[in-house]
Amino acid sequence: MSAVPIIPDAPQEQPWHLPSRGRVAMYCLILGESAIFIIFVVAYVFYIGKSLTGPTPQQVLEIPIFNSICLFSSSVTIMLAERHIEHNRIKQFGLWWAATIVLGLIFLIGTGAEWYKLIYKDGLTISTNLFGTTFYSLVGLHASHVIVGLIGLSLVLAFTITGHVNEKHSERIQILALYWHFVDAIWVVVFTVVYILGR
Amino acid sequence: MLLERHRAKRVTALLFALAAFILPRAYASGPQATPSIFAPDSTPAIGIYGLSLFVLQITGAIFLVVAGLLTYVIIRYRVKNNDDGREPAQIYGSTQVELAWTVIPILIVVVLFLTTARMIFAIQDAPRPTTALDVSVVGHQFWWEFRYPQQGIVAANELHVPVSSTGQPNPTYMKLLSADVDHSFWVPQLAGKTDLIPNHVNEMWIDPLHTGLYVGQCAQFCGTEHAKMLLRVYVDSPDQFAAWVKNQQLPAVQDPAVAAGRHVFETQACMNCHTIRGTVGTGHFGPDLTHLMSRDTLASGAALNNPQNLRQWIKDPDSFKPGSLMPAMQLNDEQLDQLTAYLATLK
Amino acid sequence: MADQALPIRGTLDLTPAQSKRDGMLEILHDWITTVDHKKLGILYILYAILFLLVGGAEALFIRIQLAFPNNHFMSPQVYNRFFTMHGTTMVFLMGMPAIFGFANYLVPLMIGARDMAFPRLNAFSFWMTAFGGLFIYYSFLGGSGLYGVGNAPDVGWFAYAPLTARAFSPGNATDYWAVGLIASGFGTIGSGINIVATIFSMRCKGMTLMRMPLFVWLNLTVSALVLITITPLTAAQIMLCIDRYLGGHFFDTQAGGSAVVWMHFFWIFGHPEVYVLVLPAFAIANEIIPVFSRKAIFGYPAMVTASVGIAFISLSVWAHHMFTVGMTSASNAFFTLSTMLVGIPTGIKIFNWLATMWGGKIRFATPMLFMTAFLFQFLIAGLTGIMLSVSPWDWQLHNSYFVVAHFHYVLVGAILTAIFGGLYFWFPKVTGRMMDERLGKINFWLFLIGFHLTFDVMHIPGILGMPRSIYTYEANRGWGTLNLIVSIGAAIQGIAVLIFAYNMVISLFKGEKAGNDPWDAWTLEWACSSPPPSYNFATEPVVISRRPLWDLKHPEDPDWKYE
Repeated sequence: MSAVPIIPDAPQEQPWHLPSRGRVAMYCLILGESAIFIIFVVAYVFYIGKSLTGPTPQQVLEIPIFNSICLFSSSVTIMLAERHIEHNRIKQFGLWWAATIVLGLIFLIGTGAEWYKLIYKDGLTISTNLFGTTFYSLVGLHASHVIVGLIGLSLVLAFTITGHVNEKHSERIQILALYWHFVDAIWVVVFTVVYILGR
Repeated sequence: MLLERHRAKRVTALLFALAAFILPRAYASGPQATPSIFAPDSTPAIGIYGLSLFVLQITGAIFLVVAGLLTYVIIRYRVKNNDDGREPAQIYGSTQVELAWTVIPILIVVVLFLTTARMIFAIQDAPRPTTALDVSVVGHQFWWEFRYPQQGIVAANELHVPVSSTGQPNPTYMKLLSADVDHSFWVPQLAGKTDLIPNHVNEMWIDPLHTGLYVGQCAQFCGTEHAKMLLRVYVDSPDQFAAWVKNQQLPAVQDPAVAAGRHVFETQACMNCHTIRGTVGTGHFGPDLTHLMSRDTLASGAALNNPQNLRQWIKDPDSFKPGSLMPAMQLNDEQLDQLTAYLATLK
Repeated sequence: MADQALPIRGTLDLTPAQSKRDGMLEILHDWITTVDHKKLGILYILYAILFLLVGGAEALFIRIQLAFPNNHFMSPQVYNRFFTMHGTTMVFLMGMPAIFGFANYLVPLMIGARDMAFPRLNAFSFWMTAFGGLFIYYSFLGGSGLYGVGNAPDVGWFAYAPLTARAFSPGNATDYWAVGLIASGFGTIGSGINIVATIFSMRCKGMTLMRMPLFVWLNLTVSALVLITITPLTAAQIMLCIDRYLGGHFFDTQAGGSAVVWMHFFWIFGHPEVYVLVLPAFAIANEIIPVFSRKAIFGYPAMVTASVGIAFISLSVWAHHMFTVGMTSASNAFFTLSTMLVGIPTGIKIFNWLATMWGGKIRFATPMLFMTAFLFQFLIAGLTGIMLSVSPWDWQLHNSYFVVAHFHYVLVGAILTAIFGGLYFWFPKVTGRMMDERLGKINFWLFLIGFHLTFDVMHIPGILGMPRSIYTYEANRGWGTLNLIVSIGAAIQGIAVLIFAYNMVISLFKGEKAGNDPWDAWTLEWACSSPPPSYNFATEPVVISRRPLWDLKHPEDPDWKYE
C-alpha cells in the first residue's frame, strides 16, 4: 500500500516498526489470566488452615514431583521446537512439538490420578471443606488451562502432520508457545502454594 | 451568561442549604427525630463531626477557587461576536505552572491525611475503661438481638444503655456479630456505622451524653426487609437503667388468668423460634419475648407495640413487614385473642 | 469553520461514498455479521442507549417509590430487584458498552488504521456482551428456577456474601446475575485485549506513542486496566458459582469461609471499574475541550502521566469501600491515604483543562456545553470523594444517600454528561448529519436542571441518616420533602434523555449535512468522509505531530515545530 503523507514537506522520519499484534494480544491475555490466578491463589493462601473439618492437606496431599518435572520439561521441549521452526526444520519441529504434547498429557493424567485418589480413597471433594473447595478450584483452573493449551498444540501438530506448517508460521507458533510457557510458570506458583506452603 | 448566573445561584443555594441543615442541628443537644450526623451526641460522633467541618472547609475552599477560575474562563474567553476568525495563540504547556498545581494538592493531601489519621486512631483504638458496659449485638434478618453478658440479659430491637457525661464517662462497648448475612449498626448521632458480619467479630463504642431515644437503622443491604430493620437506642439515667436491668433479669410473668394463651404459645410453632424464660419455648430464630411488653415497638420498629398491632402482627406479619421471616401462624380468632392476652402480660 | 479548500478529501479519502439499496434482510444480515469496527462501535452505542433507557426507567420507578414515606407503589421484593438491576444495568450494560462503543469507533480512525487488530474477536466481544446483558434481563422471565421463588437478581449490585448463598438467595436469580456478568466479562476482556493490540500494533506511520491523541492514550490505559480488573470479578463470580452449584465454601460463613473476602475481591474489581468508566469520559473531554477552545491541549505529557498514574493508584484504593467492615486502624489509614492520592493526578487534569480553555476562543456549541457541565460536576464529585476518603467521616457517610449522590455525581454528572457531549460531537462523523442544535440546547439545560435538582439535594438525606437500598422510610425522619424533590429532578432528567433520543432519531433523517469536518477539529477521524468508508482511509496516512489536521490547515505554524 502506498503511503501518502498529509504534509508533503514534512521532515523525513525514522523507519517505522510496530510490535506484532498477536504478541501484544498474547501478553495482554497473559496479564488478564494472571489476575484471575492471583485471585484464586490469594483465596487459597487466605484459607490455608481455616477448614473446620478434615481431611487436611498434610493428611492427603502427596507432592507430584514426576508430574511437575514433566510439565516443566515441556517448556524446554517447546523451546527446542520453536528454534527448529525458525530454521524451517519441520520434521524436528514436529517431533519436539509432539513431545511437548505428550509431556502435557502425562501431567494431565497425573492430575487425574491424584484427584481420583483424593476423591475415592481420601473422601475429599470440592464440597468437603474449605481445603477441598480451594484446592480443586485452583488446581482445576490450572488444569483447564493445560487442556486449552493442549488443544491449541494439537491443532498445530495436526497441521504439521498434514504438511501445512512452514517457517512463515513461526511467529504464530511462538505466540502459542508463549501461552504454554505461561501455563508452566503458573504451575510453579500453584505448586509452591499448594504443595509447599499449604502442606 | 445564563450559565454563570445559574452557577452563582447554585453556589448560594448550596451555602444556604448547608447553613440551614448544619447550623441549627450542630448546636442542638440530645436525641432528634431526624438522626443527622451533624447533631452528634456521643464522643465518636462528635469527633467525626469536628473532622468533617474541617474537611468541609478545605474542600469548600478548593471548590470556590477552582469553580471561580472556571467561571472566569467561561466568561472571559468565550468567543466574541466581533471575532476575527483567527486562531488564538497555541500554548502547549508550562512546566512551572504544572509543577505548582501538582505540589499544592500534595500539601493539601498531607494535611488532610494527618488530621484524618489522628481521628482514626483516636476513635478506633480508644482505651476501654474497666467500667464500660459490654453488649453483644447480633444481627438477624431483619431484627437486632442485644445480649448483656455481665447482666445476663437478652433483649431485642431496643438497646438500653446508661447515659455518660464528660466528667463521668460511662461508655458502652459493643461486640458486633451476625447470625446470617451482613448488617450494619448505624445510629448517626452516636457513632459512625460498623458492619455485623458472620464469622467476623467487630467492635464499636458509644457514650451518649443525653438521655432519650436515639434512632438509626441497618445500613447494609441484608435482604427483603432491610428497610424495616430499625434501631432504637434508649439512653437511660443510671437509676432508670438499673431498674430496666432488674426487670429484664426477672423470669416471665406467670399470670393464671392468661394460661390459655400460654398454652397456645407452648403448643403451636411459636416456641420453635421464640424464647420466653419460664416456659418450654427456647427458640433462637426470633426475638426473646420474655419481656415483650417492655418494648415500645414490634418487628424491629415496624409497628407500635400495643395489643391491636400485636394481634395483627401474629395474624399476618406481612401486613406490617412484607417478607419478614415470621410466618403467618394460621391461628383461629379465639387462639389469637388468647395468645395476644398472654403476650400482653409479659411486662 | 473548516476551510473546505484544504486538500483533506484529496489525500485521505479518494473514493466518494457509494449509495447502496439493499433489502431489510440484507441490511440486518450485514449488521449481524459485520466485523467492521465502525459498525460494531455503533452497535455498542445503540446497545448502551437501549439499556440507558431501560435502567433509567428502573430508576424512575425507584424514585416514584421513594417520593413519599411509607409508599406502597412497589413491594419490597420488586424494589430490591429494581435497584439491583438498575445498578447492574448502568455499570455493565450501559457504561461499559458505551465506552467500548466510542473506543471501537474512534481509536482505529484516530490512529490512522483501517480496522481493529482482530476484527472477528471484536465482533465476538460485542455479541458476548450483548448476550450477557440479555441473559441477565431474561431473569425477569425465567428466574424462578426449580424452587419457584425469586425473579430478577435482588442482592444489590455488589452482591455481598453470604446474601448470595443458596440459603439466602434460593432460586436462580443470583445465578443469572453471576453467569450473565461472566459472559459479558469475557466480551469485555476480549475488547480490552483488542484495543491494546490495536493501539500498539496498528498505528499509522509517524503515530508514535507520544503523538497519539489523548483519547487514544486514555483508552489504552482503560483497556489495560480492564484486563486486570474485570478478571478478578470473573474469578470471584466463578467462586460464587462453585459455591452455589458445587457446594463449595469460598463465602460460606458456616464452614469457615469469609464474607469479607468477597468484599475484597469485588472491590478490587469495583473500584478500578469506576476509573474504567471515568477515564473514557476524560478521553472525550480531552478531544472536545481543545477543539472548542481553539487551543492545543495544555500539558500533553502531564495529561498522559496523570492518566496512567490514576490507573495505577486506582489499583490500591479498593478497601475505601470497606472502612466500616472492621479493618485495623492502620489499614484504614493506608486506604485513606491512597484514596486521597488519587486527587492529585485528577487535580492536574482539571487544571490542565482549565489552562487549555484559558486564552482560547471558546465556542459554546452543545458538545462544549456538556463539557462545561462535566468540569463543574466532576469537580464537585471529586470533592465529595475527598470527603468520603476521610475514613472516620466515611463511617458516617458510607452506605448512606450521600454516597449514592456522590457516585451518581461521578457516573451521571461526569461520565454520562461526557458521553452526551461525545455523542453530539461525533454524531456528524458517524452519520454525516449534524444533531439538531436547538433540541441539543433544550436537552442540555433540562438535563442540567434535572441533574442538580436530583443529585445536589440527594446528599442531604444521607447527612440526615438515610441509608441506601431501603424501599421505604419512616415519615417522622424528615426525609420526605427532600426525596420528593429528588424524584421530581429524576423525572426532568428522564424527559431530557427522551429528548436526546428523539434528537438522535430526527437528526439521523433530517439533520443538516455535516461535511467531513464540521467542528474544524484536528485529529485524523475528521480527515475521512462522514460517514467514513468501510476501509477508513484510502491511502495510509502519515503524521508528524499530535494534531495532523492542524498542521494541514496551518502550514505556516505547524505543531511539529513545537513538540
